Amino acid sequence: MSEGLTWTLYDANTMTQAQIYGEVLCKMGQTRPDIVALTADMAKSTKIGRFGEKFPERFFNVGIAEQNLFGVAAGMAKSGLTPFISTMAVFTSMRACEQVRTDICYQNLDCKIIATHGGVSFGQAGSTHHCTEDLAIMRSFANMTIIVPADGIETANAVRAAFDWPGPIYIRIGRGFEPPFYETEDYGFTIGKAVEVNSGTDITLICCGATVLQAAEAANYLRQNDGLSVRVINLHTIKPIDTKTILQAVMDTRRIITFEEHNIQGGLGSAVADVIAASGKGCAFEKVGIPDCYCEVGYPEDLQSYYKLDTDGIIGKVRQVMDRDFEEDDDWEDEV
Amino acid sequence: MPITNNEIAALEERASKIRKNIIDITSWAGGAHIGGALSMVEMITTLYFKYANIDPANPDMPDRDRIVVSKGHSGVGYAAVLAEKGYFDFELLKDFNKFKSPFGMHLDSLKVRGVDVSTGSLGHGLPMAVGLALGARVQKKNWKTYCILGDGECNEGSIWEAAMAASHFKVTNLVTFVDRNRFMIDGKTEEIMSIEPFADKWKAFGFEVRDINGHNFVELATALDEALTADEKPTVIIANTTKGKGVDFMENDVRWHYGGLNSDLVIKAKASVERMFQRN
Repeated sequence: MSEGLTWTLYDANTMTQAQIYGEVLCKMGQTRPDIVALTADMAKSTKIGRFGEKFPERFFNVGIAEQNLFGVAAGMAKSGLTPFISTMAVFTSMRACEQVRTDICYQNLDCKIIATHGGVSFGQAGSTHHCTEDLAIMRSFANMTIIVPADGIETANAVRAAFDWPGPIYIRIGRGFEPPFYETEDYGFTIGKAVEVNSGTDITLICCGATVLQAAEAANYLRQNDGLSVRVINLHTIKPIDTKTILQAVMDTRRIITFEEHNIQGGLGSAVADVIAASGKGCAFEKVGIPDCYCEVGYPEDLQSYYKLDTDGIIGKVRQVMDRDFEEDDDWEDEV
Repeated sequence: MPITNNEIAALEERASKIRKNIIDITSWAGGAHIGGALSMVEMITTLYFKYANIDPANPDMPDRDRIVVSKGHSGVGYAAVLAEKGYFDFELLKDFNKFKSPFGMHLDSLKVRGVDVSTGSLGHGLPMAVGLALGARVQKKNWKTYCILGDGECNEGSIWEAAMAASHFKVTNLVTFVDRNRFMIDGKTEEIMSIEPFADKWKAFGFEVRDINGHNFVELATALDEALTADEKPTVIIANTTKGKGVDFMENDVRWHYGGLNSDLVIKAKASVERMFQRN
């Protein structure tokens, strides 16, 4: 493992996404005595227990009691500490929804939430453990910042950036087995600033989380086989959203598809749609995600394939949208 | 710190004034949760005017004691106490509940001087109080955290999650009151959703329990003195009270859980409070 607070592909290949953030938090804990870590019987599953092994006096496992988890964290933040709280995304956003909203966001507290098992990353567990609603819920909380890192290295960047970012923050990661996308962490991660991971002029794919890698691979395939120039944007920060990068993509490519492990209602795609609608600019647009249903059961890769969030699915969606008749002028006579 | 007769007399006078101020704010606001505000007057007065290490001139003093009014509906009583303590001018409360006022019926910690934690949604205060108390421990600070719960509020599961944690983590720098006025908005606690045997529940959760008359300053002080020296278990003080205490036509009448007062009722209510003070 590399020293200090830097992470490389070597680390990412030998540790899961969750293990990386556990290690980052431990290193931050050495120099930042105000960091405390909390979980609800998820010390092992979320890897936040690494912090507890190192700093037992600053680690609190409240048992299977998520409402209390976020209430206690709010109280600690009010006392001057900086809590990092980790449990599953589904329990964070729904069981403890009101504590996150009223105790943490309403009081604008420095609580840093690392929500694990997001999307369908724990697909085999079924809908009780899937989390395809959290981005919609968190987007509606004023003061909340939302980050969906693409992989372990980006998670390390996000966790580190979260400490210095004022107010509540929701970092949504998977179960920890996602393949790495970034090779090093110095690609220019800034909260609120999307990263263009592939340049292109024909169509833009806007992604977050595990779909970033899949879209990048799809773009590569489409360039070689279809001669398409596909822009891929890693919109790791869902809120505050990078309006400029989205509108630049609308202007340059006039075709946008969003990909997310989330219900197509209310998540990344809806956030992008808000920006495009408010701009008054037209473009071909499609949201790909979980089509407003409770997901099938299966391993994450099977579900990603089924819901068109893997490389093949993304390639198919791009071809569909490229074939779509899209009028760039203002002739609406035959449309309505 | 044993309480003296002079202190008791001063607290009685203070409590009487706070009750009259609650009546005024309720009339200005067009309505407020007056019944539960009146029942907690003695316990909150004891905290703000005898026990808590706080400074209204320096409301963010780092080592101050923290007070969480978990029964946030009693904001009208909480605001009356804060004004009386000198956090802000009482006259400002003429805007209570009004458009863009900093004083909504559930007080906002980002808008009202002296409010440590925003409350209003029941069941949220005790978890945050446990967090504040653990925060003091982590930072090796000696300040105390006080929390006032409603009895109806104890229907909420999150209260018991927090109770379990307070006991598990031996949070002895936290003192919890329950304003046991025996009413909630729909009626009597024991008819809507019974919480008895209440003391036994807290004991089973690992608490030291004091069951007292919540309108008696001597009993409040004695219970607090014991709670503040506890080093094994957290303490809950079940303060048995009367909803609407001091206003004869409100006492034990659930219709005064929330209500408004016209000028005639203000006069009657204040006269009743004055009679209570004279009796004491």
